[in-house]
Amino acid sequence: MKARKILVVGGLALLIWGMGYGFWYAVFAEHQALEGMGVSLATGFAAAAQRDAAGMRAAMERYKETKYVYDRQVDIHGHWIGLAMVLMILGMAMERVGYSERVKTILAAGMLAGAVVFPLGVYLQTVDHGAGPRVVAGVAAGLVIAAMGGMAAGMLKERAE
Amino acid sequence: MATEKAVAGEFAAMGARRLLVLGGIGLIVAGMIFGDLFAIFVLHQNAARVGGALAGAAEAALAGDAGAVLREFGAVGGFLENRGTKVDTHVHMIGFGYLALMLAVMQPWIAICEMTKKRLAVVFLAGAVTLPVGVFLIHYVGMAYSPLAAIGWASIFADAGGLLVILAAAGSLWGLWKHFADATRGAVEDSLLAARDGAGRVLMAGGVALILMGFAHGAWYAAVDLYRHEAADSTILTGMAAGAAARDGGAVERALGEYGQLQGEKAVNIAAHAHSIEFGLLAILVAFFQPYVRLRDAWRRRWAWVLLAGSVMLPVCVLLELRFGLLAGGLADTGGLLVIVALMAMWVGILRYTGELDAAAGGGR
Repeated sequence: MKARKILVVGGLALLIWGMGYGFWYAVFAEHQALEGMGVSLATGFAAAAQRDAAGMRAAMERYKETKYVYDRQVDIHGHWIGLAMVLMILGMAMERVGYSERVKTILAAGMLAGAVVFPLGVYLQTVDHGAGPRVVAGVAAGLVIAAMGGMAAGMLKERAE
Repeated sequence: MATEKAVAGEFAAMGARRLLVLGGIGLIVAGMIFGDLFAIFVLHQNAARVGGALAGAAEAALAGDAGAVLREFGAVGGFLENRGTKVDTHVHMIGFGYLALMLAVMQPWIAICEMTKKRLAVVFLAGAVTLPVGVFLIHYVGMAYSPLAAIGWASIFADAGGLLVILAAAGSLWGLWKHFADATRGAVEDSLLAARDGAGRVLMAGGVALILMGFAHGAWYAAVDLYRHEAADSTILTGMAAGAAARDGGAVERALGEYGQLQGEKAVNIAAHAHSIEFGLLAILVAFFQPYVRLRDAWRRRWAWVLLAGSVMLPVCVLLELRFGLLAGGLADTGGLLVIVALMAMWVGILRYTGELDAAAGGGR
């Protein structure tokens, strides 16, 4: 069954990729990011105590930028792994989706593409703060929801039959 | 009878599937109990301490005391680390439990020998326990005797646990790849996937609905509130610091109130989104294992409904916490408890089944 192969193999590969990303992040980036945010906030408020408005604003700007990247890196790790688990579980339940193999394969491919690209769009937001990466993430998330909705409808169809 | 024998053969004593099923449900139950205890005894108290220390830092800045500002932020860092490591323990324990159950379902497709599968299951479970325990200890062990500048021993053990899980998952992927790449291997017949009883159907349908609900809520939150909340986070903190620099106590007070409200809004939305999807995944996973739950059909259906009721109650009540406060919070915790109780009942049912299998095998000898 091609749809199952796409979802199970693709899901497990995406899961390993997401865990690898989390491992890299925990070892090389997370502690530094958390420390960076703490130091920026403390520096900003210390500058405020010394009535240094310019120093305060510069520190708060650093905090904003570090937190922007930190939040996204945590989201990327969580969403890659979470979506990978949804892919794998749907792969196991493919017999319960009452469509032809061709439709199931299209839904599976759409789901996998959305699951890979959605967190990638979030990652691109750390590089480019413009609208482009947000559109990429939004479209990919829509693709995941549409494919998931299609599979749910297929399960209802199979039950009705 | 033939189906019974097939199911029994796939669930052999100390086999990879049995280790992963029992270990996976055990991890999920332990992670959920930890999460419920954390929500009741730590979460709100910790949030109050963080708010108090932040207010202390703002007041110190207002008074022009830079030394006190740094002391207060040191305390904030400690409180946040305490909270963050406990959330991570809860999330990783449950996530690894889900993954164990998924690998258990996939066993017939993993084309490697049973002994290697069993070794992979043991490596996986060892990593799945080591990582959350290591993360939990980060706050208490700190940098004591650490050979590294930024990472302590507890983090090193947690990362090593993560590596074990990655290795076991990679081994399983290799086995899956061998199965799908080998054209001579026929379609896999597995009784777990073929079985469709009443409780399994309820859990499967409920699980898919919960995942869709969680996806829809996440999309709505991302479209309507996410970027606004993100911008407000730094704007409010900057306003707080600017108010302190300008010796404007009113502005600092307002900013502190707004910041607390904002953190509450973000937390409930993220928690509702994540829990809805996770409980959906859990419902589908336990739907697969209903043939192993040795309870009467009526009880299996009851526990399935209890699990789904708790799975809906928790995210909905978490969302209502901002409006109804502790009442909704208490109901959310009760929802979590219902899920735990239903899951433990299913776990006991599976243990009864393993006992029957092992007794029958012993009698045969």
